[in-house]
Amino acid sequence: MNHALELSDLKKSYGKAEIIRGVDLKIDKGERHAIIGPNGAGKSTLFNLITRRMAPTEGKVHLHGQDLHGLVPFKVNRMGLSRSFQISNIFPRLSVFENVRCALFYSMGFKYSFWTMVDRSKPLTEAADAIIEQINLTSRRDLPAGVLSYAEQRALEIGLTIAGGADVIMLDEPTAGMSNTETDYIVDLIRKVTVGKTLVMVEHDMGVVFGLADRISVLVYGQIVATGTPEEVRANPKVQEAYLGTAITAEH
Amino acid sequence: MDLILVNLIDGLVTGLLLFMLSAGLTLIFSMMGVLNFAHASFYMLGAYFGYQISQYMGFWMALLFAPIIVGIFGAGVERYGLRRVHQHGHVAELIFTFGLALLIEEAVQFFWGKSQVPFMVPEALDFALFSISGNAIPAYKIFMIFIAIGIFAGLLYVLTKTRIGMIIQAALSFPRTVEALGHNVPLIFMCVFGVGTALAAVAGVIAGPVLGTFPGMAFVLGSIVFVTIVIGGLGSLWGALFASLLIGWMTTFAASYNVGLAEILTAIGISKPVDMANSPWRDFWQITLSQIGPILPYLLMVLTLIFRPHGLFRKGGL
Amino acid sequence: MTDTTHSFSRPFGISLRTVMPWLVATIVLLLLPFVFSANSTITVMNQMAITIIFALAYNMLLGQGGMLSFGHAVFMGIGGVFAVHVMSYVEVFGAPLPLPLLPIFGGIAGLIFACIIGSFSTRQAGTVFAMISLGVGELIAACSLIFVAFFGGETGVSADRTYGLPVFGVEFLRQSEVYYLIAGWLLLSVLLMYLYTRTPMGRMANAVRDNPERAEFLGYSARWVRFYSFIFSGFFAGIAGGLFALNYEIMTTENMSLVQSGKILLITFLGGMGFFVGPIIGAIVFTLLTTVLSRYTELGALYIGTIFVLTVMYCPRGLAGLLMMHEPAYRLGKLRLLLAPYLKLVIPGTVAVLGSAAVFEMLFHVRHATPGQHEMGLFGITFDSHSPFAWVIAIGGTLAAMVITRKLIPQINDAWHDANTVEGGAK
Repeated sequence: MNHALELSDLKKSYGKAEIIRGVDLKIDKGERHAIIGPNGAGKSTLFNLITRRMAPTEGKVHLHGQDLHGLVPFKVNRMGLSRSFQISNIFPRLSVFENVRCALFYSMGFKYSFWTMVDRSKPLTEAADAIIEQINLTSRRDLPAGVLSYAEQRALEIGLTIAGGADVIMLDEPTAGMSNTETDYIVDLIRKVTVGKTLVMVEHDMGVVFGLADRISVLVYGQIVATGTPEEVRANPKVQEAYLGTAITAEH
Repeated sequence: MDLILVNLIDGLVTGLLLFMLSAGLTLIFSMMGVLNFAHASFYMLGAYFGYQISQYMGFWMALLFAPIIVGIFGAGVERYGLRRVHQHGHVAELIFTFGLALLIEEAVQFFWGKSQVPFMVPEALDFALFSISGNAIPAYKIFMIFIAIGIFAGLLYVLTKTRIGMIIQAALSFPRTVEALGHNVPLIFMCVFGVGTALAAVAGVIAGPVLGTFPGMAFVLGSIVFVTIVIGGLGSLWGALFASLLIGWMTTFAASYNVGLAEILTAIGISKPVDMANSPWRDFWQITLSQIGPILPYLLMVLTLIFRPHGLFRKGGL
Repeated sequence: MTDTTHSFSRPFGISLRTVMPWLVATIVLLLLPFVFSANSTITVMNQMAITIIFALAYNMLLGQGGMLSFGHAVFMGIGGVFAVHVMSYVEVFGAPLPLPLLPIFGGIAGLIFACIIGSFSTRQAGTVFAMISLGVGELIAACSLIFVAFFGGETGVSADRTYGLPVFGVEFLRQSEVYYLIAGWLLLSVLLMYLYTRTPMGRMANAVRDNPERAEFLGYSARWVRFYSFIFSGFFAGIAGGLFALNYEIMTTENMSLVQSGKILLITFLGGMGFFVGPIIGAIVFTLLTTVLSRYTELGALYIGTIFVLTVMYCPRGLAGLLMMHEPAYRLGKLRLLLAPYLKLVIPGTVAVLGSAAVFEMLFHVRHATPGQHEMGLFGITFDSHSPFAWVIAIGGTLAAMVITRKLIPQINDAWHDANTVEGGAK
């Protein structure tokens, strides 16, 4: 019962096309888990199934032992699972501060309140500023999020994801499309903000994956062909044959 | 039985007329994602231009030229108005077409006045073709039916059988890809908008003489056309045809069968309140089918949107 | 708006800066009837106040929530009709209800009706929402003719406001007494609607407008957030309806027609839906514009339609957006750099606008005046609308003014650039 996330026989198909073909996976509490795989393997779909952005055709997802069947995304979020998106998914017309504050409302107990003045809540403002500090955007605090640079928007995206204090954080390709320096910055950030939390991430950059992850799962054509520590996965001949091959040996 | 036949013909005429408008509107929507509030205004412009041209050159020339002029005007609106507003998002586009509808109505009043203009059925068609037990069916109605069917057949042919139709269909779903293939998508958009408005103008020219050519004619039909394509499913040509005919027949039959709600209520065993004049339910008992006929389409639309938000004929999102 | 007031807060956390605009507004509202004491002006001001409340309520949907409604007049209408019924109930049964409380009933009726409609219409934003609002609008407009007992049919429902309990001896017989009642409600409603934007719900309404999916992954149901915006909007529209009923003592089908819904959209957009003050500016300008235009011309609707289309095309942020554009220059303290070029523009600009209007008026006169009637009056001048001379002057003057205006644009651009550049800055 010590698993943060547990997927059992998860399947998703569109008509006859099976995208996810039966995934079983257990992710422990506090673990940093990476899902890798070639393009079109179904990584993002798997993410969407876990977070209930889409409903699976078959199978179950358990979050802290609770079945997520039939839940909508906002309910899943309230149960302590938060995610980021592959394409930056922020509130472009709101300021950075407002963005982060919106991510805090629910967890700080404001819920559907229409009688409290948000500017008057000191804890709220402080918490939002702390997160902005953490993601290094203090100098951008009052700018509309839409005008930030790409890397800054990605950082904000991560800020929104962690703000609610969820204990399971899912990041979908957090470093996609970034330069090396930007990648280093984001990796540091991820390491910093996920201390003591469960992290599930999809990532293409092998350097990031092997640097961050405690365990790795390899998804190929909608099935997991291997799960294990970075060393185990790297040594797994099945993985090398199916996907990684030279890439890993070249990297290390 | 005979009355049913007459109603069937009348409903068919109304339905096909609606279809001529909704076909263009639904095409424009599926291409550009714009619900064109001013579509019925182009229909009205068609009627007025038709009237003006027919004063000098007769009805047939009007039927030819009015749609061309309106089509060019429509293309101009797309090129210089809509495309500019497009960058501000869909809400701005909707609001733009809404404002355009207001402006066209005012402009029409400005040039032709507030009252109806005497746009007449051409003499060549001004006779009763046949009659069904005393109800004369004018030749003009049959002419309208044939024109509408001709347009539908033509549209279907162009969209499914010709190269340009293929490109349009592809641009409907994947504008970016089509653009990457080297086709000029903005030009296609402009042309579709032009053709759509020209179709509306054809409807205007042929409907003007029978339904009346007056500044309110766009308003009368405008929201119904909207309702039609929403019920049919935005972007679906067959859906538009189905919904047009459905609404045409529904309103025609409702108007001619004056069944009261009272009769239905008594039939299912609810008795009339004794003191009718002071009963709060008085109005319910006095409702007749012809009264609610005009609002049936709206009711149908709201129900469609609640239970099947993509319309009757379309899968996937709006 | 995100200034850190909390760190400099006074007792109760309210600083003078935040209270200032409200104080000024209160004083202005109090003094207005002394400046403009004519009954007709007070009527216009009453209408303006009601329109402001309605437009702000509408903007809770459009600007803050991203929901485009084509049937919002229905909520104002139902609120108003209900208020009229309450008024006649007071009249007939002598119920002890002070008149100033009447708008509450309108608001509650609007709220309840919005709960019903919102329960299904707020499921989605965008086109589906717009279409449902259109359908509901048409349905209610049609129903208002069928259900005579509630809506009063063609003639509408009416009542007499003076039967209510007198409040401190005031019986609301005089127009100015009604004005103060409406002004009080105006202040209260605007304040409440403003405060609403500062609550978690108000902030989330913006978030959901921008990105409903992200909001869902932050623990909020986009639908519920929309629903809250919707019912509060319905409530304040109902308040506006109640005030309308109280002011005019009659509600008809026309008050809830599509035309009315379109008008409020126009007003909100004209003022600027992206700003809280936008609808207020829109309502004031629009009411003044229609009042003035209806006095001098038959073509008022044509001009307003033109203004509207031009606004959508060239200035989609509305009048408020136009004003807010000057904020950076104001912060730099360089607004005065723009003054001279603007002043230069006033005369040719005015001539160009009035000249175009004159051409339209003359064209209209030629086409639609009684045959043989060649004499027309415009701007206090009487002349022959068929004389070529008049046409040459009108068209020539207009064109000349347009050319001059156009020539001044580069100057404005330069001044604009100067005014928005930091002294000695790199740019």
